[in-house]
Amino acid sequence: MPESRLTVLIAEDGAVDRLLLARIVSKQGHAVLTAENGEQAVALFAERRPQLVLLDALMPVMDGFEAARQIKVLAGEALVPIIFLTSLSEEEALVRCLEAGGDDFLAKPYSPVILAAKINAMDRLRRLQATVLEQRDQIARHHHHLLNEQRVAKAVFDKVAHAGCLSASNIRYLQSPYALFNGDLLLAAFTPSGDMHVLLGDFTGHGLPAAVGAMPLAEVFYGMTAKGYGLSETLREMNAKLKRILPVDMFCCALLLNLSCQRRTVEIWNGGMPDGYLLSANGTEPLPLVSRHLPLGVLAPERFDDSTQVLPLALGERLLLLSDGVVDTSDDNDRLFGVERLCKVLSANRQPDLLFGEITQALEAFRGRSRDDVSLLEITVVEPDELLPPPLIYSDSGQSAPLDWSLQFEFRAETLKRFNPLPYLLQLLQEIHGLRSQSGALHSVLSELYSNALEHGVLGLDSALKRDAQGFGEYYRQRNERLQALCSGYIRVGLCVEPQGPGGRLIIEVEDSGKGFNVSKVLARPLLEQGLYGRGLNLVRRLSRRAQWADEGRRVRVEFAWEALA
Amino acid sequence: MAVNAEMSQDGKKLTIQVKGRFDFGKHQEFRSAYERNRPESVVVDLKETTYLDSSALGMLLMLRDHVGGDDSDVRVINTSSDVRKILAISNFNKLFDIS
Repeated sequence: MPESRLTVLIAEDGAVDRLLLARIVSKQGHAVLTAENGEQAVALFAERRPQLVLLDALMPVMDGFEAARQIKVLAGEALVPIIFLTSLSEEEALVRCLEAGGDDFLAKPYSPVILAAKINAMDRLRRLQATVLEQRDQIARHHHHLLNEQRVAKAVFDKVAHAGCLSASNIRYLQSPYALFNGDLLLAAFTPSGDMHVLLGDFTGHGLPAAVGAMPLAEVFYGMTAKGYGLSETLREMNAKLKRILPVDMFCCALLLNLSCQRRTVEIWNGGMPDGYLLSANGTEPLPLVSRHLPLGVLAPERFDDSTQVLPLALGERLLLLSDGVVDTSDDNDRLFGVERLCKVLSANRQPDLLFGEITQALEAFRGRSRDDVSLLEITVVEPDELLPPPLIYSDSGQSAPLDWSLQFEFRAETLKRFNPLPYLLQLLQEIHGLRSQSGALHSVLSELYSNALEHGVLGLDSALKRDAQGFGEYYRQRNERLQALCSGYIRVGLCVEPQGPGGRLIIEVEDSGKGFNVSKVLARPLLEQGLYGRGLNLVRRLSRRAQWADEGRRVRVEFAWEALA
Repeated sequence: MAVNAEMSQDGKKLTIQVKGRFDFGKHQEFRSAYERNRPESVVVDLKETTYLDSSALGMLLMLRDHVGGDDSDVRVINTSSDVRKILAISNFNKLFDIS
């Protein structure tokens, strides 16, 4: 019994042989079609699509070789086995049979047993091929489907990711189009005061699971940055959110930084990312920005460490962040590209704008081929007015808020320790529509006044410490130490909004419990001499109207005014 | 077997050895090495581990969670310098006793 019932086409010009074969094949349970020459065979094949063909090599009108070629073309990808009917002695003819697409031979005299065996074997081959083709098509369909889903997900995510300022003139980045599905994440946004928050993240794993966590992370990043929250609060929120939603074995390595071109400082938190680098403008050794923390989403909120590192910057210095694709690139012998090779490339670089090319070339040369999952990001320290933060988008109705009010806050030690009131104050001031065109300056000034009151006033830190890079580190070490130990002191913030003709004005008063400072002496210092530390007060004087200090520097009053609204 | 698990006689200490690459391919094996046990302490022996990727870090977190999270006693021993580098970048020494 045959394994399955087939339709078999028999093409043979000899009537006797044709009849004999037809009888054998149909006796074995198959349906039979017969043709007297190659042309008839091809026509019958096209019409009836038999699954197997027995073909005589030498026939009138069209011979078996040509018929075989045409049948194979008609059959396309499906396997239609062709068994040539021939005598084994014609060696050269056998070769021609194979070349024409023959799969097997049957020699005269015809043996029903051998023919049955051949038909069964060919049928198994035919079905195997059919299964392979079907599975291939199925995989292709799934793959197409998956790509389409990725395309849609990427389009949605691009809208989210490019809400930020990756296109700012001082940022360059290199990211593979589907880096998101490698788990790489690149975000950048301006804070209300014109600083820049940048995040390079890397989720464990690949594909959709890695991409899923990116959405909530991006949302927290943009939301909190826009509202004026600092790195610590943003990090806490990101960590808590990821810890809550991700499975235990998933987390996100991340390097988050706040670049202030106004104050020429960068604040950095690195949890699990490879070293970033601070590249100087004059070719001194790159300074590594080392991972000091566990990745985001690992620790419970109460154990999370949000302490950051602050570094002074000079104009033209650059921050280079990279994903693990760079140092983890391995060659054919499983050797890693590693930090040393990377540092050599960094040190050898002469033209900053060629650096990305040089890194990717070095990786290619090392590995023998390029890879598409490397993310690189470079941010340059520029003059603050070279950057143009986009206007803030307000979510309220656009109705004018009341314009005649005042508020007093007093923040005491316990609050100063762990609470940053700035986002709340800024939120409140956003209600004053007349000030919106100056919101960047307003945020900068308020942040500056608050941190001066806290650091120099309440904590009594000496800004002169910040005269060099080493002192800078020491300054921030002392800041953390004193803040942790703080048990008395206060900062009072007074906000007063009043109408003035068709416009109005805002008066901000900030008072602290510190020792005060010699206002006239500090303000008299020439700009250059103020170096790394005198920037705050100048910023305040430049950005606001009538900055005045009183009570030996313990109290400061600044004013912002606006004309009638258009 | 690329992942070997051995329980101490008193049933308190589980030792897991990972051979070759410790990556996502070992997920199932690594999980079944500890899943049916509740040992008081676990030693992960990486003596014959050549490479470790971020999904291996995830697996270590799963193990830590399984045996008590913050109160767990998980030691990672015999780490090669390459493996130690990877663990150090992620600061896993804050969660595990690594040697």
